[in-house]
Amino acid sequence: MVEVFIDNKYVGNVKDGKKFSEDIIAFRRIGKLPMEVNVRYDQKMDQIFVETARGRAIRPLIVVKDGKSVLTDKHLEQLRNNSLSWADLLKQGLLEYLDPTEEENALVAFYESDLTSEHTHLEISPIAILGLCTSLIPFGQFNQGVRLSQGSKNQKQAVGFYAANYFCRIDMDVNILHYPQNPVVKTLMHDVSDYEKHPSGQNVVIAVMPYDGYNMEDAVVINRGSVDRGLGRSTYYRPVVSEELRYPGGLMDEIVIPNKDVKGYRTEKDYRFLEEDGIVSAESKVAEGDVIIGKTSPPRFLNSMDEYNLAGNVRRESSMTLEHGEKGVVDLVMLSENEEGNRLIQVRLREQRIPEIGDKFISRHGQKGVIGLVVPEQDIPFSETGMRPDILFNPHGLPKRMTVAHLMEMLGGRVGAMEGRFVDGTTFDSENADDLRKTLEKLGFKEDGTEVMYSSITGRPYTARIFIGNMYYQRLKHMVANKMHSRARGPIQLLTRQPTEGRAKEGGLRLGEMEKDTFVAHGASMLLKERFDSDKTIVPICEKCGMIGVYDSRKNKSYCPVCGDTAELSNVEIAYAFKLFMDEIKSFGIYPKMILKSEYE
Amino acid sequence: MDNKLFKEYEDLIPAKIIDDVKASLPDKISDSKVKKIMELVYEEYKNSLAEPGESVGLVAAESIGEPSTQMTLNTFHFAGVSEMNVTTGLPRIIEVLDGRAEISTKMMQIYLKSPYSEGKDIKKIAESIKETTLKEYIKETSIDIAESQMMLSLDEDKLSRVGMKPATIIKVLEKAFAKGYSFKPSKENENVLIIKSTSKEDDLNNIYKLKEKLQEIYVNGIKGIKQVLPVRKGEEYIVVTSGSNLKDVFKLEFVNPDKTITNDIFEIEKILGVEAARQAIIDEVAKVIDEQGLNVDLRHIMLVSDIMTTSATVLGVNRYGIVKEKPSVLARASFETPIKHIINASISGETDYLRSVIENVMINQVVPVGTGLPRLTVKVEKKGKKEKSEKE
Repeated sequence: MVEVFIDNKYVGNVKDGKKFSEDIIAFRRIGKLPMEVNVRYDQKMDQIFVETARGRAIRPLIVVKDGKSVLTDKHLEQLRNNSLSWADLLKQGLLEYLDPTEEENALVAFYESDLTSEHTHLEISPIAILGLCTSLIPFGQFNQGVRLSQGSKNQKQAVGFYAANYFCRIDMDVNILHYPQNPVVKTLMHDVSDYEKHPSGQNVVIAVMPYDGYNMEDAVVINRGSVDRGLGRSTYYRPVVSEELRYPGGLMDEIVIPNKDVKGYRTEKDYRFLEEDGIVSAESKVAEGDVIIGKTSPPRFLNSMDEYNLAGNVRRESSMTLEHGEKGVVDLVMLSENEEGNRLIQVRLREQRIPEIGDKFISRHGQKGVIGLVVPEQDIPFSETGMRPDILFNPHGLPKRMTVAHLMEMLGGRVGAMEGRFVDGTTFDSENADDLRKTLEKLGFKEDGTEVMYSSITGRPYTARIFIGNMYYQRLKHMVANKMHSRARGPIQLLTRQPTEGRAKEGGLRLGEMEKDTFVAHGASMLLKERFDSDKTIVPICEKCGMIGVYDSRKNKSYCPVCGDTAELSNVEIAYAFKLFMDEIKSFGIYPKMILKSEYE
Repeated sequence: MDNKLFKEYEDLIPAKIIDDVKASLPDKISDSKVKKIMELVYEEYKNSLAEPGESVGLVAAESIGEPSTQMTLNTFHFAGVSEMNVTTGLPRIIEVLDGRAEISTKMMQIYLKSPYSEGKDIKKIAESIKETTLKEYIKETSIDIAESQMMLSLDEDKLSRVGMKPATIIKVLEKAFAKGYSFKPSKENENVLIIKSTSKEDDLNNIYKLKEKLQEIYVNGIKGIKQVLPVRKGEEYIVVTSGSNLKDVFKLEFVNPDKTITNDIFEIEKILGVEAARQAIIDEVAKVIDEQGLNVDLRHIMLVSDIMTTSATVLGVNRYGIVKEKPSVLARASFETPIKHIINASISGETDYLRSVIENVMINQVVPVGTGLPRLTVKVEKKGKKEKSEKE
């Protein structure tokens, strides 16, 4: 007797497990059972598992009967002239979805030629073992597996053309590539996924050569001429959002240009871009500190002192301003309402991002790098025909990573560009490298893809021939403009008087505990003290009771609130954090007494 | 050789180094050369000393800590010889430095005296060390319900191998159960023992429970030694054991107690004293680091071991051990459980003299290491005698 489980719940027994599971599969193929039902017969354990739950990853496979694919050329012909659809194939039981459980019972052939009588299924295409992003990588079969996953991971961050209606959407952190192109070296997945409708890169001419060390450690050198012509140029959109909140007591926020008697009024200059409705005018160039949406809020505390308050209800200023380091042009102003019926103001800022030193670029093979130098076009090496590459890629990035497909794509891209056609680089099913080489030779180039190149600085040819070709390059959304940060002096935290943390708050970089250890290990005591001086304070300490006293600036004298002014106080330099620590100790009832001693005694 | 040349260095260089130099000098050597050598040795010795104010503790901590992070967590297996497995790698280092009383895999290396160390009776000796229980000699147990008795049939082969007779087993059993049961060999076969309850109300249940108890009765060997493995180490044969019992192993007449070691540091401390424990800590940590192919100067480990054992017992590097011994309240509080330390310090009115590094970092003062150590000494008049203006 074979035990039957449906979604891991025991439901009963059947006599013939093999027949039972085959019946379920047969019923599924003729449509008597939903196609998402999967079954697995475990002969060793004598158990049958029927899976119907949601959340299982299922994938389509071609059904095989007696060592022959049931999907015949006749079907393919019908598919080609659109008289048959995917759904029809499923309905006819030519294709079916398997989940990981049923895959245990299946034997799947990779190619149709591999089929034997033991096989139960056939892959639709060998590329199906890869995901969508990974199958966008051309010549993937020549790459190390790790590079494929890295390449696909990075492609997801590429700047591109994510939606055709981007100009009427308000999304967070949007990057739009100005001149997106379809790759010359394509894969099957580019056609399947309508890649030409949302491309995310450009075809560039790339030369594999170092350039005065400016492309070492994975950096790339980029041609200023290409940048000026629009290579990798993109626009960055960011929304500024504010809503008119309602408060208890019928009070409301108000979107206006704040009145001068509003609490926390900035300067008139800060409000200069606002129109009468309190919202910034479109196409105005705004920078750090400028008000985007003028807003006032009702006072925080309504009760108590009201009668005595001569000024009456003073409203608070609560405008949306650009924070430290932000700038842009107002692109779009949108007025709407949110779920609670509050007025919602959304302003979209736009900023053109021209590639600069530190911006990240990637080929489709996980070969990422940042721009190390933007070279004026006249200094870029040129070939015999006078052609100058857009990007100089360092050859040291290749041997260890073994991204052979990177080189193949360059070769393929070159052939495609010269012949004016797309090159098929579908993984496991790509065009032949030898054919590509032969074509290149026919076109009048060296068949290995190298060319004699000349230094633009000396005018002499390089001793080595340079490998040069066309490939698809993508700009990634990590741009220095969003990350660059420095601080010498700046804001401090109220509680600890230590510098703030993070770029947005113009914060400092923490010298942490392990960094401290290095100073101690070197015996650099004085340097260590100086580095931790950021919150130093001088406090008067009572010599009698050892507590922190008070400095009276009018009398220019310190006194101890415990011992009165009879006690003597000494000024001591300590970390403010330590003073805070003492206060906290006091708060749980411990008396921390500081015993003072002259350093010279 | 002229001992006068060495005499002048006696107070300057440790005696061990002088002895080493003496031993490695060739037989015929001129005095001037010896003098030159000693000068160089002294120079080298001085150079290898830590300078005053060098933060040796922190450097030791980082020097052990950094390579430890690279250590793999997997345990090392004896190269195919046996099924014995020992904790090594980071878990072992943590175990040693934490000063855990109960370690996860105890192990001994028993060295033997002369005829046995050459391999004489090595298997027999190894077997005799191993702790055996009755269960290993029982072939079968059966309970006779009608007679309320239990029959134990003993494994003849095994008994004869260790030179025991059923009578000895009976003696062991009688010793284990002073009264309540009688043990007799059966009439037909002396290898079958009949066990009967002597009390009148013989409960079958009791007999049944006895069956389980019998299994664990200690018969012979050394308690605590779970497994034995004779191994050839270099020229001689030794016995590697899992489980440890230093005291009883030392009593065996064929064991060489000078070389026999265990990896249980607390046992070493108990039997051989704290100095031996100090050396054991050094050896154990150094062994793990060597095994992993890492390179840590032995002196860092020695320093850690010294600190763990200075209080005459082994203390762990944790808040119950050496951190507890720190004189500074703030230093202790900056490790774990700060509030506990601060409150306890306030109850006993402790004073923190701010003499070590961490407290001074906390209050932002110069730390007393390196450049922070030297001070200017100036004579100042006692306060109170003079007016404020003179005080600086």
